[in-house]
Formats: sequence, structure tokens, C-alpha cells
Amino acid sequence: MADFKIAIIGSGPGGMSAASHAAELGLSHVLLESTDHLSDTIFKYQKGKHVMDEPQVLPLRSPLDFTAGTREHILEIWNTQVAGHNTNVKYNTEVTEIGGEKGNFSIKTKSGETITAEFVVLGIGLQGNLRKLGVEGEDLDMVQYQLDDPDEYADETIVVIGAGDAAIENALALTKQNNVIIVNRKDEFSRAKQGNEDGINKAIDTNVITPYYFANTVKVEKFGEALGSGEIGKIVLSTKSGETEVNCHRIIARLGAIAPRRFVQSCGIEFPSDDPSAVPALTDQYESNVSGLYIVGALAGYPLIKSAMNQGYEVIEFIEGNDVEPADEPLLKEKFRSFSARNNNMSVSNVLEMITTNVPLLSGLTTLQLREFMIDSDMRTPAEGEIIFERDDFTNTFYSIVGGEVQVQINPQDPSQRISLNKGAFFGEMSLISGHRRSATILAGKNCVLIETPRRSMNKTISSVESVKRVIDEAFLMRALQAKIAPNTSVEKLQSVISTATLQSFKAGEELFHEGDEGDTLHLVRSGSLTVSKTVGGKEVVLSYLPAGNYVGEMALFGDDMRSATIRAAVATETICLDGDAFRKLADEDEDVRKRVQEVIDNRKQANVQMEDNSDSGTIISFLVEQGLGEATDVLLIDESLCVRCDNCEKACADTHFGTSRLDREAGPTFAALHVPTSCRHCEHPHCMQDCPPDAIHRAENGEVYIANNCIGCGNCQRNCPYGVIQMALVSKKQKTSLVSWLLTGAGIAPGGHDAAAAKKDPDAKKMAVKCDMCKDISGGPSCVRACPTGAAIRVNPGEFMSVTNLENY
Amino acid sequence: MMHQSLFVYSGYRYFKLCMVLIITSVIAYAIHTPVDGPNGGTWLGYTLGGLGAAIILLLMWFGMRKRSYKSDMGQVQGWLSAHVYLGVALIIIATLHAGFQIGWNIHTLAYILMFIVIFSGIFGVYAYLRYPALMTKNRRGNTLELMLVEMSELDRECREAAAQLTDEINKCILDCSENTKIGGSVWQQLSGKDSNCATLAAFNKAGELNKLLPKEMAGDASHLMTLLGKKCELVQRARRDVQYKAMMDIWLYFHVPLSFALLAALTAHVVSIFFYW
Ligand SMILES: Cc1cc2nc3c(=O)[nH]c(=O)nc-3n(C[C@H](O)[C@H](O)[C@H](O)COP(=O)(O)OP(=O)(O)OC[C@H]3O[C@@H](n4cnc5c(N)ncnc54)[C@H](O)[C@@H]3O)c2cc1C
Ligand code: HEM
Ligand code: SF4
Ligand code: SF4
Ligand code: SF4
Repeated sequence: MADFKIAIIGSGPGGMSAASHAAELGLSHVLLESTDHLSDTIFKYQKGKHVMDEPQVLPLRSPLDFTAGTREHILEIWNTQVAGHNTNVKYNTEVTEIGGEKGNFSIKTKSGETITAEFVVLGIGLQGNLRKLGVEGEDLDMVQYQLDDPDEYADETIVVIGAGDAAIENALALTKQNNVIIVNRKDEFSRAKQGNEDGINKAIDTNVITPYYFANTVKVEKFGEALGSGEIGKIVLSTKSGETEVNCHRIIARLGAIAPRRFVQSCGIEFPSDDPSAVPALTDQYESNVSGLYIVGALAGYPLIKSAMNQGYEVIEFIEGNDVEPADEPLLKEKFRSFSARNNNMSVSNVLEMITTNVPLLSGLTTLQLREFMIDSDMRTPAEGEIIFERDDFTNTFYSIVGGEVQVQINPQDPSQRISLNKGAFFGEMSLISGHRRSATILAGKNCVLIETPRRSMNKTISSVESVKRVIDEAFLMRALQAKIAPNTSVEKLQSVISTATLQSFKAGEELFHEGDEGDTLHLVRSGSLTVSKTVGGKEVVLSYLPAGNYVGEMALFGDDMRSATIRAAVATETICLDGDAFRKLADEDEDVRKRVQEVIDNRKQANVQMEDNSDSGTIISFLVEQGLGEATDVLLIDESLCVRCDNCEKACADTHFGTSRLDREAGPTFAALHVPTSCRHCEHPHCMQDCPPDAIHRAENGEVYIANNCIGCGNCQRNCPYGVIQMALVSKKQKTSLVSWLLTGAGIAPGGHDAAAAKKDPDAKKMAVKCDMCKDISGGPSCVRACPTGAAIRVNPGEFMSVTNLENY
Repeated sequence: MMHQSLFVYSGYRYFKLCMVLIITSVIAYAIHTPVDGPNGGTWLGYTLGGLGAAIILLLMWFGMRKRSYKSDMGQVQGWLSAHVYLGVALIIIATLHAGFQIGWNIHTLAYILMFIVIFSGIFGVYAYLRYPALMTKNRRGNTLELMLVEMSELDRECREAAAQLTDEINKCILDCSENTKIGGSVWQQLSGKDSNCATLAAFNKAGELNKLLPKEMAGDASHLMTLLGKKCELVQRARRDVQYKAMMDIWLYFHVPLSFALLAALTAHVVSIFFYW
């Protein structure tokens, strides 16, 4: 007989709610938690953090209460209620292995204990466990693995261990008041974001931070009493030149977390792809491919507290054999309301069934996945003729046609030229994949019923459901070839060519091919961007920059199989590759192909000549590409020979954005007189959007990437943005600045100032992520640019200006 | 690329406008021959006077527009472009308005104030053209804040290097780290120099003192001198940075208060004309 009926692993909102419900029902259960307290993820939030209860429309179903409030308040309630239900919690029990099968699982813990259970619920979240030093002294109180507020420490000697962003950011922040030493296992910091790498290298070059390279920690020791100079202990390092001891006050080790994925896989649970956003496939009852092993919470793909709690409750019901209506049922009912009303009050499950039948693309989703997909999506029934989106919009949602048809305007010059897409088809994948503007205007046709899915859900689905990925990739290929190379070739003929096409991905800086190489593969850029360079006078000179939608290797068409230039990925890039034969076959079938390609070649030749004459422009492009501008759609550039450092740009930004400037003029790299300040670049594929639990980051029609009000202040986007442009700020709408009174009497807050006192007092103020929104809600456009008195600050689209002709005029 | 200075703003729009204003005024002045000679009291005098006053009000308004960040009334750059050209045009318009009549009175006070404001403005434009590029070059990719951090780091290293040396040298290093000032009085900022620079003094003094040291300390001593040399260079660059910024700011302390004085004198001038003429 097993020790328990149900073992729940991880006491986050999901696991805790499950265990308390089991307790409430009087089931034999145990809740295993690796730390000495409940819900470590929430426990680790910043002190006083306001925890939000998104999505607000979702009802809560759990024996534990949860409404928005401070971290402390919420943890206190949970502690009391978990105890009140007599939940059987076993703390300090880290699970390292799950073996056995339904009815008899054996769970091994780090301390060597084995616990058996009939069913297992896995709710370990995504945070993972912080990596420790793994040497003697790792748990001393002078060693810490997190740093909340660097300003808390002053006049100390602090050893920071690690070479990632967290370590570097901590080290740099601590230099203000302390003597900082950084310990790196290697000899460079290339793993970090560009800005951080530059920052730490500069700090080391100027002796602000002392580095130890190729250094490993041997042990940490605390002295019996502090030294005269105040150090309370020492760290022993092994370096290439032998062991060294460093006396210090404090050691901060930022070694990252061990992602739970490997552990989860070792339990036999399968992930559909290697993509980090892939979620294990679960049944409607949260059961994984290992029968009897259930998954809830963030690990199951539901990264919010309330949904995790609901699942905890439901999973116990399911294990007990009860069929509960999912908590999201009312949400779906509401979503489908207008559609159902027109279709004999179709029930939710019937609508879902109809979707699977009508849209083959979605037939591979499990019911659970489809429900989740539909909760994020919108069901739309646009009137005939209504515009779904317009050509050149920057939106990136994905549409599936559930019923009726839509009309695609294929020729921007002649809106009457249209083709129709019917029930079962989908569209919008071009912008989703390339991050570019919409390539055509689409109108609703007769009886049109659409599902509009936001980018994040679609990407999650693509990475979690293999069949969806395959179908979308094929469609993209077909449409890209049609749009960019062979517009007059029939779908059937293209099909035979496409079967030879492959997808390739390149890392930033990686070469597609080298000048002088042999080869005749054509690369069509699917996402990302490329640079074209040539060796001139022994030096590699960048000739041009090619955003997504362009192709390289076209010379192959004319039988020339020697590469005339070096092509490199400017940022992470995906291309569609066609081998030379396939390409020539296309050209033989459609004579327009040859003509179009010739045109491109001629333009390029001309541009290259101009560029070779003016290799300075090439260096500027190289510099901008190094700064990551290859993935930007809109970037702030300052000409430092015009900038009088008045900071009017920052003041304007602050004044129009509740007192917090979203740009830092002085920070950022400069080349010649061209300065790239720290301000959002509105990336084609915004890194900040990954892992935003409430999906609060969106792209507006004109390309503005902005953060909506349902931001929960978790800071993930801040960490994910490689350009360091997101800040966490206390946002209060109660900001009063007064130009006249300040000008005449000096009283009050000057325009562009921040009324910190008012913000502190404002009960509605909320700590959230803020970034440049390109002033999308302000008439007249970017305030920073409009406020610059000398014309030093401009905002431009790199794809448009990083062309030879424009740089010529620089 | 697409960066444009305020002179060329929008295809020299305001330059052209001012040329038209100036040429029209000059022609009108030339063909207009009032009985008692050209002066502010003729119809042309009133017109030019009204125009000049209107321009001055517009130029004053620039301070408001610059800070009305929510306003979408044109770009600030456009306003400044107009400001600069119209400001210079005032020299001619106001002079023609006065008909070259100068005396010791409130009217001439306004005229003189206007000239000071205009010339301070012209200096400002000169500073705006000259210093930004120098500043970038001088900084070598650093910020002033980073330079200061770098300096305190050098101080720490100097103290370490000096620890093995004599007390006197240590005292001089301490002096260097505690008494080196960047910035300081307005004059010091503008000159970019400090005649009592503690770092330079320490450099010279340590050089002297090092000569008295026994041979086995020569290594440490020369290391110390390298560090002090580095700091001297850094201090100089930091002061230059402050200097450039000060040059770009200082003239506004004349330009703006005097423009208010001008506004007052102008009001007095207009009031006196309408009430006491
Ligand atoms: C800074 C931040 C702010 C956030 N703010 C909000 C917010 O305001 N509102 C909101 O709804 N969501 C917010 N979230 C998201 C929310 O915290 C998570 O979605 C939620 O905690 C997920 O719950 P969970 O039960 O799946 O797992 P978690 O809460 O991550 O809990 C997992 C638990 O399992 C334990 N564990 C892990 N591995 C093992 C093991 N091997 N053996 C035993 N125990 C183990 C851990 O110690 C932990 O206690 C925020 C996230 C972050 C990072
Ligand atoms: C009678 C004539 C003028 C008046 C009344 C006047 C008034 C003003 C005022 C009120 C400001 C606002 C400053 C602030 O608030 O920060 C200003 C700024 C300025 N003026 Fe003038 N001005 C005059 C002529 C000129 C002329 C002739 C020039 C140049 C040739 C000039 C160049 C400038 C410049 C460069 C600024 C600063 C812009 C900035 O950095 O924000 N001004 N002037
Ligand atoms: S916040 Fe960062 S990642 Fe997001 S769009 Fe802006 S620059 Fe790109
Ligand atoms: S565009 Fe607007 S939000 Fe963005 S930095 Fe400029 S002023 Fe700030
Ligand atoms: S407003 Fe223009 S001149 Fe002033 S600091 Fe910003 S970029 Fe420089």
C-alpha cells in the first residue's frame, strides 16, 4: 500500500490549493515543498509587492482565498488557511526523482527519503531552484544568492560571483558605495547582454571593479571576529596561478537557477519540442503522458496565480473521478455569446467541436489546449466588407477562418483585385513570423466567422503542437515565394519546388556564406536581417543591410556559383533555402522570375558601387548592426554634434508619461557622433513579450510596442529586453506640474519633473514596468523628438535608413 | 542621414521668411521720406515698431513653448530656428524703426537691452555649434559620472601603492584624493582649470619626494607616478567636460534675465509713447 493517495509536489498556488482541497475532502495526501515556507515564488517577490489577481474576469475556485493585495497579506492568509485545513505539508523536502507508476509512485527526496503515493500532482512552477556555490560555507549568512536593493550596502568589500546579467548588474550597482570584486569562471562576459558586457568591461578597464578570471570557489570561511578593516570572512578561489584568498564583508553569488525542465523530463514527461516555451501535452484533466501523474500551474503553461489555484482544485476533483466544469467555462460562454445566439444557442463544447472540424489547423490541439487558445483569442463575426487589417499595419495577431470567407487585396494599386480565402484557411502568419508590417489588406466576406489569436498564444501553440508548426511553416513558404519571387506561378507548380525548400536558422553574427565560396543556394529571409559585406583593401566593409523579405544568392540563377559577397546574420535570423536547381526550375516556368531578379541585381550593383566609394557609411552600418539595430523597427538616434545636453528630450518624455522618462539620453554607445541612447527600439520580435504572465505587452498598428495596464510588475520583461530599456517604476497618474507658477515664482514641480511625494501618497499608484510607447497616445508623435531644440534627436526605422542612398546624405 | 541643424530646418524656411521681412523693411524705409525725417512716429515707424514688438513677444514665448511638452504646436526645433533668424532680423527692423535716433532715455535703454540679448543669443548659437562635438570627443565614450568613479578608483590604487612608501608621500596622496575638485565656482567651471589643483600638486610633490627614497622602493614609486599621471589626465578631461557644459549654459543666465528686463523696458517704451507723446 502506498504511503499516501495523493502526493503534491511544490507548494505554489497550484500545489497549495490542490493539497488544501484534498485535506478539505479528507483524502490521504502530502504536500512536499523544497524550502521551509509555502509558495517560494511568491515568497521571493520584492517586499511589499502588490500582487495582482489577473485575469480579473476569471472566478476563483479554491479552498484558499486570493484577491489582489500585498505579498505579505496574501502569504499570511495562505499560511493561516493551509493550517486551518489541516493540510499535511512536509517542508525542506526537495524531490529529486519520481519513479513507478499509477497506483504506486515512488518519490525520492534530496535527503534520501522515499515516499510512495498512488497519484502525483506536479506543481513546481518554472522558477527552478537557485544554484548554490556547492562548496563548504555555501550556507553561511555572509553568502547570499539574491540582491534586492544594492543601495542597502555601503563601504563594504563585496565579492560577486557569476558572469551573467544578474551578476553584472549587481556588481555595477554595488560599485557606487562599495569596493567590488567579480569572480568569473571564464575570461570574458560574452554571455551577458551587450550593454552589460560593455559596462562590466569598462568598469574593469578603469579599475572600478577587480576581476578574477578562470576562478572557481574553493570555500568560504567566516572569521571568529571581524578584521580591523571590517571584513568578516574570506573566500578562497582557485585561479590559474594557484589559490588566492579574498577578505570581504559579503559574497553575492548569482549563478542562475536550475530550470525544472530536465527534472520533469526525467520523470518521463514528454515535451513536444525543444523550444523553451513548449508546454507538455496534457489531457483535459491535466494528466500528462505518464498516467497518474498530473501537472498544474506555471509548468502546465498557466503562469498566473489564480489559474494555478483553480487547477489545483480541479485536479483533485479529477483524481477523485468527478467531472467538474472547468473554471474558465463562463469565460468561454461569454466569448461565444454572440456567435451562439445566432446558432441555436450552441453550447461551449459544441462550439469547440465545430472549431476543430472547420479549421484543420487546430484539429491537432487537445481540448485543454483549445480551451486555453480560445480564452486568449477572440471570436469575431465581422460584417461583410469590414476591414480586418490594412496593408502596412504593424499588428501581429493570427486569424483562423471558422466560417464564411475573407477577401485579400492582392494589388495595392488596384483594390478591386482580390482573392478569397474560405472556411478552414488562416491568415496573418506573415507578420507573426517576420515581425514586419501586414503585406495586404484583408476584408470580411460573406458570413465571416474568425478567431483572432494574439501573438503569444499563437507562438505557444506553434511550439507546443507539431502539426500546427508544420502547416504554418508550409503556408508561409508558399506565400513568401509567391510574394517575393514568383508571383505568377501556380500553387501546384510551386508545391513541387517547395518540397525541396528547407528552413535554416543563424545566430547573430553567423555567416550564411563567404565571399569566394562556391554554392548556389538562394536564401529568402523569413525573420531577422542580414548584412552584405565585401573585402575592400583587405578590410571587410559592410555594403548593405537587408531586412526580412529580401533574398540573397540570386546570382545562382545565371549560373554563377561563386559568391560575390559575404552574408552575415545581423540578429538571430531564419531563412528559407532553395537550392539552385529548384530556383532555376522556377525561373524556367515563369519568365517574370528572371526579370524581377535581374532588377534586384541591377539595383544592388549600383548601390554597391556607391557604397564602396563611401566606406564610412559601411562602418556606420556595422556599428548600428552591432548595437542590435538589425531587429529594430524604430530607434532613437542622437547626433552628438548637435546635442547640447539640455535633456529636454528626457524632460519631455517624463512630462508626457507621468513623470518617468522612458529614455536615458546619456547612456548607450556612441560611434563618431552618432549616439544610440537607451530607449526602446520596438523590435520586430520583441524579446520583452516572452514570459509576460498576463500577456500585457502588445504591438500597436504603427509598430509601437507598449505595456498595457494589466502589467503585474513581475519584472520578466525588464530581464528579457537585451537593450535594458525597461524600468520598474511607481506609476501614479496624479502628477501635477505647473509651467506658469514654476516660471514666475519657482514654486511647484517644473514641467518634466517627477512629483514623487504625490506618487507615494496616491493609493492607486502601482509599481509596474514602463518603457517607451513611441508616444502613441500623444497627438504629434514622439515628444522627445519634438522637444529637442537643436534637431539632434530623431526617431527612424533602421530598415529604411540603413540603405546606401540614405546614408550617402549623412 | 536625416539629422538637420536648426539653420537648415525645413529647407531654410525661417531664413527665407526673415530675408523677406528684412528686404521689405529696407525697401520701405528707403522709399519712405517723411517730412521730419525717419522716426518711430511715422506710419512706417509704427508698423516696424509693432512688428518688432510682436517678434520680441514671440521670441519670449519660446521659453514657454520649450516647456509645453504636451503641445503639438510645431517642433521646438522649428521654433528655435525661427527664434534665431527673427532675433537677428530684429537688429535691422528695430534700427529702422528707431530711424537711427539714439539718446539717453527709456527708448534707447530698450534698444540697448535688445542688443545685449541678441548678442548673448548669437554667442549661444556659437556655443551650440562648437561645444557638442568637442564634448563627445573629450569624453571618449565615457560619461562624467563614470569619470568620477574612475577617479575614486585611482585614488584607492594610489593609496595602496603609497602604503609601502613614506608618511609624507601618503599625506600627499591623501590630500590628492580628498581635495581634488571638479567643477567649483562659475569661474573655475568656465575656465576648465583649477590653479590649486590638488592632483597636480600631489603629482609634483610626490615626484620630488620620490627622489629621496631608497633604491628598493623605486618600483613602487614609479608605479605611483604612473597612477598619478593617469589621474592628472582624467581630472583634466573631467574639467574640460564641465567647462564645455558651462559654456553651453552660461550665456542663458544673461540671455533670459535680460530678455525679461527687455520686456519691461519695452513695455515702458510703449506706454510712455502712448501716454506722454
Ligand atoms: C516577480 C514576479 C511577480 C509576479 N506577480 C504576479 C502577480 O502579481 N499576479 C499573478 O497572478 N502572478 C504573478 N506572477 C506569476 C506567478 O507567481 C506564478 O504564475 C505562480 O506562482 C505559479 O504558480 P505555481 O503553483 O505553478 O508554481 P510556483 O509558485 O512557482 O511554486 C512552485 C513551488 O514548488 C517548489 N518546488 C520547486 N521544485 C521543487 C522540487 N523539486 N521539490 C519540491 N518542491 C519544489 C518551489 O519551492 C515553490 O514553492 C509573478 C511572477 C514573478 C516571478
Ligand atoms: C530680443 C531678442 C530675443 C529675446 C527676447 C529672446 C528670448 C529668449 C528666451 C525667453 C529664451 C528661452 C530660454 C529658456 O527658457 O530656456 C531664449 C532662448 C534662446 N535664444 Fe533667444 N531671444 C532673443 C534673441 C535671440 C537671438 C538673436 C538668438 C540667436 C542668434 C537667440 C538664441 C537663443 C537660443 C539658442 C536659445 C536657447 C534654446 C535652448 O537651448 O532652449 N535668441 N531666448
Ligand atoms: S523593450 Fe526591449 S525587447 Fe522590447 S521592443 Fe523595446 S528594445 Fe525590444
Ligand atoms: S517616443 Fe515618447 S515614450 Fe518614447 S522615448 Fe520618446 S518621448 Fe518617451
Ligand atoms: S533634447 Fe536634443 S539637444 Fe537636448 S539633450 Fe536631448 S538630444 Fe540633446
